[in-house]
Amino acid sequence: MTGPDLTVFAEKLSRQYRAHAAVRDVNLELRRGEVLGFLGPNGAGKSTTMRMLTGNLAPSAGSVRICGIDLTTRPVAAKMKLGYLPETPPLYRDLTVDEFLQLAARLHRVAATRVGQAVDRAKQRCGLSEVGRRIIATLSKGYQQRIGIAQAIVHEPPVVILDEPTVGLDPNQIREIRELIRELGREASVILSTHILPEVEAVCDRVQIMHRGHAVFSGSIASLKQLRRVGGIEIALRTPPAPTDIADIPGVAGVDVLGDGVFRICHEPSADPTDAILGRAVERRWGLFRLTSAETSLEQVFSELTQGDAAA
Amino acid sequence: MLALAAKELRALFVAPLGWVVLALLQIILAWIFLARLDVFLQIQPQLSQLPTAPGATEIIVMPLFAAAAGVLLMAVPLLTMRSIAEERRQQTMAFLLSSPLSMTAIVLGKFLGLMAFLLIVVALAGAMSLTLFAGGTMDIGLLLANLLGLVLLSASFVAAGIYVSCLTAQPVVAAIGALALLVGLALIDFSVSDPRSPLHVFSLLRHFGGFNKGVLDTADIAFCLLFAILFLVLAIRRLHGERLRG
Repeated sequence: MTGPDLTVFAEKLSRQYRAHAAVRDVNLELRRGEVLGFLGPNGAGKSTTMRMLTGNLAPSAGSVRICGIDLTTRPVAAKMKLGYLPETPPLYRDLTVDEFLQLAARLHRVAATRVGQAVDRAKQRCGLSEVGRRIIATLSKGYQQRIGIAQAIVHEPPVVILDEPTVGLDPNQIREIRELIRELGREASVILSTHILPEVEAVCDRVQIMHRGHAVFSGSIASLKQLRRVGGIEIALRTPPAPTDIADIPGVAGVDVLGDGVFRICHEPSADPTDAILGRAVERRWGLFRLTSAETSLEQVFSELTQGDAAA
Repeated sequence: MLALAAKELRALFVAPLGWVVLALLQIILAWIFLARLDVFLQIQPQLSQLPTAPGATEIIVMPLFAAAAGVLLMAVPLLTMRSIAEERRQQTMAFLLSSPLSMTAIVLGKFLGLMAFLLIVVALAGAMSLTLFAGGTMDIGLLLANLLGLVLLSASFVAAGIYVSCLTAQPVVAAIGALALLVGLALIDFSVSDPRSPLHVFSLLRHFGGFNKGVLDTADIAFCLLFAILFLVLAIRRLHGERLRG
């Protein structure tokens, strides 16, 4: 199970808060050069899992290995390989940005001669070069968030764990940070948690969805979309026919009547019936005025995965 | 660990707290020093007639250090209150917990940083005493015993303060708690009238009394060390427990 590329390996991770199980039997595997998106509604156990992966919280059961080093038995050696940004960026507000990043570098055992260089590089990567001498307390939330990211990567760890890294940033900064995460993902392994689904689509190679302490899905983005195997087309007609007339069109697997002449047509991904529908609609004068591809968005899959389980 | 200790020391000087405490302690101690010097100069003519007269060290330095012990008892809780409680309040504990530092290193780093600050206080008191050389001789042995005693006493105070700071996320609560603990231990001397009562063993100030008189008793040294180690171990265990229980 332990290849040289396996950077994070968590097995049957569980966390019990008295009677309440915050996380149950979560398995997690991450290789070098992968970005894993951690997705889930609030209270799903994302942050708890991340705190366990970084040694901030001891798991009730299960084990974590960082680059093959057990986090429970050799915490110091394992933590050398970790960079972590918690939900609230941990900042010493009285220090300047430079002082704080130097402290982070020293605590992570960056060689004394390389501290300055490491701090400069982290500042440059996070867009902090101009504010090095400013006191952290005087900087805006967006800067503070980026200082939080900078302290997690200043020692260039092979595993970077970011809990909601783009919260509080403006759209430009979000784009910059996503680029940074992709760049980090080339050399290191990155785990990031987020509520923002497009963010996952934009930067992640793989996604793990958590709900009520369970991992309900784990796999690539493409396989997540395939969860709903059938694609969909939505059409709106001025003079709608009986649904059976639409279902007769070759390639159509199913028709949902949405009312007001709007139908959702399901089909196998291999056979796209758009042309056939268009032809039939013109031929029979159904008065087609809208035809959109109702491709399954991540949102749909996400809500199905997390709400379906909630009802159960 | 040393990087953390340096950060702790820095944190005291970045904020006004460190400077204010240092300045006020120095004012109080200088005042006592000058008052005792005044007394000494007044009674010096009578003293010179006694065959085994107490010297300047006994009359000036001993009360100075006794007062310093009392003042530190009040001041140390103010210095230690932030050590863990403030990290919690500012949510920076995660920064320390996810860095490659063992729990022991975190607590010891905090301890060493605060001790470095208190060594400055003790050194200043020592330097003040050394000015007596300008006008006469001194009992250096007595001064050294007092310095050692004050350092050990500070270590005990700091360890207890750090432990109390581990119990809460509110620095003010930590300060009051530590003050109550230390004053409580000091009050044993006043409240227990029987001088042979075993309760006196727990009075830190009584143990300091030995150093103050120039008596280096292994029991006093051992008590201060054990007291400090006990509270540091308790603090480490407390932080471990938190990681386990959440």
